[in-house]
Amino acid sequence: MRIAVCIKRVPDMETRFKIGASGAWVDESGLKFDMSDFDGYAVEAALQINEKQPPGETVVIALGPDVVQESLRKAMSMGAERAVQLKADAVPADGFAIATALAAELKGGTYDLILFGRMAMDTQAGTVGAMTATLLGLPCVTSVSKLEVGAGKGTARRELEVAAEIVEFPLPAVVTIDEGVARPRYPALKGIMAAKKKPLEVKPAQLGPVHLTITKMELPPERKGGRIVGEGPAAVPELVRLLRDEAKVL
Amino acid sequence: MANVFAFAESRGGALRRPALEAVTAARTIADATGGGEVHAMLVGAPGVASLAPKLGEHGADVVIVVEHAAFDRYVPESYAATAAARVKSGYRAAVFSASAQGKDLAPRVAAMLGVSMASDVTAFSLEGDAFVVRHPTFTNKTMATLKLTGSPAVITLRPGAVSPAAKAKGARIEIMAPALDPAQAKVRVKEMVQASTAKLDLGDAPVIVSGGRGLRAPENFKLVEDLAAAFGNAAVGATRAVTDDGWRPHSDQIGQTGRQVSPDLYVACGISGAIQHIAGMRTAKTIVAINKDKEAPIFAVADYGIVGDVLEVLPALTEAVKQAKAH
Repeated sequence: MRIAVCIKRVPDMETRFKIGASGAWVDESGLKFDMSDFDGYAVEAALQINEKQPPGETVVIALGPDVVQESLRKAMSMGAERAVQLKADAVPADGFAIATALAAELKGGTYDLILFGRMAMDTQAGTVGAMTATLLGLPCVTSVSKLEVGAGKGTARRELEVAAEIVEFPLPAVVTIDEGVARPRYPALKGIMAAKKKPLEVKPAQLGPVHLTITKMELPPERKGGRIVGEGPAAVPELVRLLRDEAKVL
Repeated sequence: MANVFAFAESRGGALRRPALEAVTAARTIADATGGGEVHAMLVGAPGVASLAPKLGEHGADVVIVVEHAAFDRYVPESYAATAAARVKSGYRAAVFSASAQGKDLAPRVAAMLGVSMASDVTAFSLEGDAFVVRHPTFTNKTMATLKLTGSPAVITLRPGAVSPAAKAKGARIEIMAPALDPAQAKVRVKEMVQASTAKLDLGDAPVIVSGGRGLRAPENFKLVEDLAAAFGNAAVGATRAVTDDGWRPHSDQIGQTGRQVSPDLYVACGISGAIQHIAGMRTAKTIVAINKDKEAPIFAVADYGIVGDVLEVLPALTEAVKQAKAH
């Protein structure tokens, strides 16, 4: 089936962030970048669907400056057939502005399935998938930890607080992917070579107006940990005393 | 003076705590704009109207009741169309919870209204005609301040960020029909399943007892559950290593790609403290770590640590907590 996967390039989160000169974003110098975690799961989910039920085409889409092409090439090295960059000087914090641009691109795409990660790890907002679906008038299921599609319909599992929903929906549809669906594969050398020759189309992003902006970014106070109460079960009475008298949580 | 909309989430005919948090936040916003009204929307199966007085006690002037037999389950398209139709009639802000349901619902409503929204808000204020909100970013390693302009301002509140506060209002009831007949909805919740045996959600529990690979075998999670039971107000969490291995359900995972929690007390049992795990629990008020490796990074963020085998320490701690609770 024809599957579009919308991905975002974000810094590797396994790092100690510093605040950048603007005071409103992290210092990006020296950071490694990759597609956001859940977006990687979404790419993998698309590839697996098309491998199990050929024929199919997986198209990856990213919005932003030319550096997003790295993430698009990475997705193609995993197996996506082609890529689209919606070119913009920067990626706004406003999910609706982004959804407007993505919906404009996806509208004529005749996709059976449009996948997103459930949220990007940098802005942690998780709004773009459901907003894009709403703008397109497509059925939408968010935060999916299991997904099966075929024959014009799909079934998904959505995790809630101490419960889960099993959801049925017709295709075409928009689905946002949580962990659990599929672990992203590592691109093989052959895939990396092949990705260099795959088509990557660049178009201007038709962003909507921006009404949400980050004005300040701060590091939270460091935790002052490191106090060892004692060793083994013998330390338990002192721990309980501290929890009761000092932390007052007992 | 402006009216504020709040979505009051319920499940299985009972109000959820996020409902009271949303109404409390809406009350604060309405009062800050000169004392407008709070209109809370309650959607559910017939009979859900009986929950309205509780919303009135927390500051709702009007409770908009939307009852339908199909609303014993979440019907996203129908809920979103109904909320959007109401919010369109003129509100300064619309407050949802950043719960599983609210995170799904609010972006749909914002897109239907053609407005931007702020997610997972931990603090908010009105400055001129803009909402200024704070919310964690970069896997909770940074805190962003954002400015949201336009009206209505749609926000989702991080569960626990606002404490439900009593403020008695009359809560007039208005009955509203669904703006989209649930029979026309394309997305259907076929089944609701209980994800785990836990009664308390990780987002609601004042205490979380969490286990990692140091427990050595899935059956040893019994020790974690026993300690949680001794506290009486605790939920059980796990590391990604443990949920990946199938020892615990995926929904129990705390960390960068799982749940992000801020309980009063977090007890990390046999958890080394990978950076991805710490991203999910570093905002707990008090952290206790039990680990046999005294160099484990978890001790660097723990307020209190015990160096030792978790299989030996846990039974002793469970007994001691039971005794402390008995007094």
